[in-house]
Amino acid sequence: MWKWLHPYAKGEATYRLLGLWQPWLTGLALAFVSVGLVWGLFYAPPDYQQGDSYRIIFIHVPSAMFSMGAYTGMAIAALIALVWQIRTAEWAIAAIAPVGATLTFVALFTGAVWGKPMWGTWWEWDARLTSQLILLFLYIGVLALYYAFNDARTGAKAAAILALVGVINVPIIHFSVYWWNSLHQGATITKFEKPSMPPEMLIPLLISIAGFLFLTAALITQRLRNEILKQELHRPWAMAKLGVEANDGV
Amino acid sequence: MNRASSWQLMTTIMRRDLAVALRRRSDVINPLLFVVIVVTLFPLAVGPGPDILGRIATGVIWVAALLSSLLGSERLFRDDFLDGNLEQMVLSPAPLPLLAFGKVVVHWLLSGLPLVILAPVCALLLKLPFAAWGTLMLTLLVGTPMLSAMTAVGAALTVSLGRGGALLSLLLLPLFIPLLIFAAAAVESTLVGTSAYGQVLLLAGLMLLTLTLAPLAVAAAIRVSVN
Repeated sequence: MWKWLHPYAKGEATYRLLGLWQPWLTGLALAFVSVGLVWGLFYAPPDYQQGDSYRIIFIHVPSAMFSMGAYTGMAIAALIALVWQIRTAEWAIAAIAPVGATLTFVALFTGAVWGKPMWGTWWEWDARLTSQLILLFLYIGVLALYYAFNDARTGAKAAAILALVGVINVPIIHFSVYWWNSLHQGATITKFEKPSMPPEMLIPLLISIAGFLFLTAALITQRLRNEILKQELHRPWAMAKLGVEANDGV
Repeated sequence: MNRASSWQLMTTIMRRDLAVALRRRSDVINPLLFVVIVVTLFPLAVGPGPDILGRIATGVIWVAALLSSLLGSERLFRDDFLDGNLEQMVLSPAPLPLLAFGKVVVHWLLSGLPLVILAPVCALLLKLPFAAWGTLMLTLLVGTPMLSAMTAVGAALTVSLGRGGALLSLLLLPLFIPLLIFAAAAVESTLVGTSAYGQVLLLAGLMLLTLTLAPLAVAAAIRVSVN
């Protein structure tokens, strides 16, 4: 496995690999997100209780899921960056954090919009809302620390340590606020039980979730490629890359 | 370096830190005065009625404690970083997490313990019912070591930055939330007449977890900062 993985410590190799994945991820993201959202927002049946306003679930649930998934990804990148001192993993932290923060914000925003007609309030000091808000603060903290240092390498390592400290704290924070207060409904989709949702709603939701997964991956891939190019700008391959692309444009 | 001499180095650093802090008393006293002043502001802002003050007393005292821990955090590593002591600690054969643990303990003795002793005064000012004073002090006693350890992580991460203050609060305050929740819940359950045993035990468990893991994170952060 190491023989296979090790070349990707080099920026150029990772850049090439991500370049291969990029069109597939973007295409799949476009296809799944558009099918999932069009199906969910226009063709899925209205809910017997919440009417049409439940449809925000097709954006809310996927973004909330991958706001946490992105944090896990960032923490894994942080661990790799700290243990094996691989620079591409350090750049991955910077690539993932803004995407994760945006997903967290989207989840909070759609939740507030959904909460207004259903609960009668934009914001409630409820467990899930609070832990999502704290997740947003953690992302912002990692980003702020990453860019606070003059030496980018120091900043990346400091941010990696903070991301790992955060990953130990996230479950603690999650359960503490969960015991503290709760209004949010329980999980709709669980692995072990029959879903409490009819298939006409469940299928577009699952498609939308897959779409957001590909979208998140595509955005992170693009950001990581940009970051690699920016950091390796002094190397011949990156200059050649940019030079060639500039010539193509002319 | 064998175990005995690592231990000796740790105690030497602790003694030196204590001596330095006791000769510059304002560094120790100012964060405590900050807590008293913040506590004084609240009755003026929300009105002196005991029904309101008693309800919010625990929260106000704990939030003031969290903020004051940020104020005193620079003392942990800044001077050692500037005069090169921190570099010597990194280079010394004694395990860095052990030395970091020693510094956390001293920081707690100078910032956490006085807060526990100060708590009855704050409780009196905020008209917290007498029955809950013991629980409040107990939560501070088991909570402040965790505060010191987490602050040390943040301080070590930002020590090489000239202007760490606002950043530090952004990094640390979200991580303090479980502490705040369980401490407030413990005092609250004493106030309504049930046992606070469970919450205090949870806090103690969190404290032990933090004291075990935080020195490792502090050591990693120091290595990054000293570089």
